[in-house]
Amino acid sequence: MRNAIIALILLALFAALFWLPSYAPYFYIFVATEILLMGLFAASFNLIFGYTGMLSFGHAAFFGIGGYTAALLLLHFQLPLFWVLLLSMLAGMLLAAVIGFFCVRLDEVYFAMLTLAFGMMTYAVVHQWRSLTNGSDGVAGFALREFGLGLDLQLADPAVYYQMVLVIVVLASLALYLITRSPFGLLLRAISENAERVAFCGINVRRYRLLSFIIAGTFAGLAGGLFAPFNRVANPDMVHWTESAQPVLMTILGGAGYFLGPYFGAAVFVLLETWITTYTEQWMLFLGVILAIMVIFFRRGILGTILDWLLRRQ
Amino acid sequence: MESFLAALLNGLEIGLLLFVIAVGLNIIFGVLGVINFAHGGLYMLGAYLTYTLVSRGGLPFWPALLLAPLAVAILAIVLERLVLRHVYGRHVTDSLLLTFALLLIIDDAVRMIWGSGIQVVTPPPGLRGATSALGFSYPVYSFFVMGVAIAVMAALWLFFTRTRAGRVIRAAAIDRDMAQTIGINVPLVITGVFALGAWMAALAGVVAAPMRAINPGMGDRIIIDSFIVVVIGGLGSFPGTLAGALVLGMIYAFGGRFLPELNLVLPYIGMALVLLLRPQGLMGRRTG
Repeated sequence: MRNAIIALILLALFAALFWLPSYAPYFYIFVATEILLMGLFAASFNLIFGYTGMLSFGHAAFFGIGGYTAALLLLHFQLPLFWVLLLSMLAGMLLAAVIGFFCVRLDEVYFAMLTLAFGMMTYAVVHQWRSLTNGSDGVAGFALREFGLGLDLQLADPAVYYQMVLVIVVLASLALYLITRSPFGLLLRAISENAERVAFCGINVRRYRLLSFIIAGTFAGLAGGLFAPFNRVANPDMVHWTESAQPVLMTILGGAGYFLGPYFGAAVFVLLETWITTYTEQWMLFLGVILAIMVIFFRRGILGTILDWLLRRQ
Repeated sequence: MESFLAALLNGLEIGLLLFVIAVGLNIIFGVLGVINFAHGGLYMLGAYLTYTLVSRGGLPFWPALLLAPLAVAILAIVLERLVLRHVYGRHVTDSLLLTFALLLIIDDAVRMIWGSGIQVVTPPPGLRGATSALGFSYPVYSFFVMGVAIAVMAALWLFFTRTRAGRVIRAAAIDRDMAQTIGINVPLVITGVFALGAWMAALAGVVAAPMRAINPGMGDRIIIDSFIVVVIGGLGSFPGTLAGALVLGMIYAFGGRFLPELNLVLPYIGMALVLLLRPQGLMGRRTG
């Protein structure tokens, strides 16, 4: 019964979001696209953080490499977007495999330090390798042609691009959700609760952590691959550590304990950003203050706090 | 030969300065169990305060060497008492998140107060120019940096082995509950250690101010370097921190001179090698 209600609500939400362009002003289509992409980015981060219990400060590396892969493929090879996105995911996956291989070898404290360090390394390489990445200007000037798979989509129209993003993000999120509900996902959760005990059961904890890291990197690559055409540029900002701070904050804002927490947090984050940056440029300062307050007082996030409160009233 | 010697000195200078910063990070981790992501920000604050006192305020360099680290240490006491204290006893990710939040706040506050441009501090009179004492020309100020770092190292060693306060801190690092039981005021020790680490980071910032470009990105770079140092050397080990700092200093100095196109990734390659061959660090203990 409860599941049916939740499914119905989500279906209604999907319908309302899909036809958003027919009743909302243009500006909100851009905001909604950004929320969806950031939501997927944050949800992929939460597979490592909320489900596996490892705090990564370098997740933008995979988002960024997905974005650069998409921009470069569109610029030089004019591939259909579908294949571009697949290759963006592959790029995120490969980079996560390499970085993850080193980062999962020690405990959480080392993991946090190493992910930040390797994230900064990726940024430095992207920033300095001018012949490929065009340095601080980034890769721009590419055109969106066709989606592929025989679908006739006018991708240059932001409304169409938004609807395509919505469908892809929903499908990807469904895949992520199924992963978290699978025996594999349950094992990740067991690792986050007590890695030592899981190891005693004869499970190779390191391998599962690495797999979780690689899956997260793959979906972050997809989010980045969709973000670069939306933003019309792939630039070093996408790889910078402040970009890595965003999924952390979105997840904490929404609540790491719920699958939909990061999406909810992304919505709050993007709306706050749109609002605060009209007043001040010191957006990161606000982020830091909000993050500190959430961690100290509302560790379960906005969604988690609300749900706790509702459940207690029942 | 001369270029080899110059690179060696350069590596020593970078490494010793890094040691002063990374050892503070390490001491804080040892007692609080917290990796302070904002540690680079405290270093940066030391440098910016020097700029304000010396280049803006017209003060000589020497009072700034005392005042700036003191101010940062006081700030650290406030941060520890008001912010960090809330998450002791919680899972380690909470303290990581909290110091990461402090990193965001300090970075943007610096941008707001001092702007995004590069600021300059000139070395104090007597330490300007170069000397040829070793047969080739080398900046006088670099020798001063090495001297300060070695003095800090010696003072730390004496403090932790010869004084009561040093032994109390070591006791609190080994077993917090037992230390509390035998009457050590552990919360006070924690505050003191956090302030000491911050003081050292800021001191390094003051000393670095006249020879490095002061900009809002300097804290990020130094925290990554400090992480590489503790990964190479091993968390919880003083000799390890020194070894890690010197290794990284040499990588920068010799890499910059002989392999400039790889200089950017060489530190990470070094770190990756240590992780593969000796994951607990050159001199670290196994942490699990």
